[in-house]
Amino acid sequence: MRHGAGSCPEAGGASSNPLLGHPLNTHSDELEVIIKINSEDDILSARQKARTLALGAGFSLTDATLVATAVSELARNIILYARQGEIEEKIVRGSDRVGIVIVARDGGPGIHDVERAMQIGYSTSRSLGLGLPGVKRLMDDFEIVSKAGQGTIVTARKWKR
Amino acid sequence: MAAPVILKQGKFLIASMQPAPSDADLVLLRNALVQQVSRSRSRGVIIDVTSLDVIDSFATRTLRDIAHMIRLRGAETVIVGIQPEVAFAMVQLGLVLEDVATTLDLEEGIAYLDVKTAK
Repeated sequence: MRHGAGSCPEAGGASSNPLLGHPLNTHSDELEVIIKINSEDDILSARQKARTLALGAGFSLTDATLVATAVSELARNIILYARQGEIEEKIVRGSDRVGIVIVARDGGPGIHDVERAMQIGYSTSRSLGLGLPGVKRLMDDFEIVSKAGQGTIVTARKWKR
Repeated sequence: MAAPVILKQGKFLIASMQPAPSDADLVLLRNALVQQVSRSRSRGVIIDVTSLDVIDSFATRTLRDIAHMIRLRGAETVIVGIQPEVAFAMVQLGLVLEDVATTLDLEEGIAYLDVKTAK
């Protein structure tokens, strides 16, 4: 099931199962980190790295904070629902703009009803967080791909203003 | 993060949060404050979050829990120093502190508690 807003060409690919592979990189980019999410402490490092990357790319303090907060929630979702996974953070440079892309991947149980999970306030785990709608509001583009029993990939992007 | 720094000042406790607390640090702070507020017979608790660059759902929930627990112990809590960009992110995310008091800074927090606990 897919639920998207805006276009995220990096999310999934046209070719293979989007739940399996990393997005194809045409060239190596130093402004990219992958943080394994295995414990609650990894939530902290994931959001701190996102903040550092965003500030380094010239994002405002406010936007860097929005991105870091979104990463914190995505990492927390991984711990709560899938127990482990990873968060990829990278700076992307288009012809006329710079953005940061966050990809949260896990091999957990998946989300059975993505549409419902995207409803405001809907959460299946002890009301921690407001879940994905809140993350979507923090970012510019948001896409989620989830398959029951296989896992979830959330791709979110924010452009530098 | 090291153990939470909690100072007793007059009839209030002041907890200054260190930067980048983990979930475990937040829980430590909660437990320490709930214990100490009665042991020190404090009338109010100030939690200074000036140094926090992110307040996410877990931090928000823990701060709310602390305030409610402190109230059950017969004292008042005020959260001080939420940074402007942090406030912006919290609202965008939809996080609410509900009925928990907040003030701009420590000075305002003390003034708030002075009024609130005056008899």
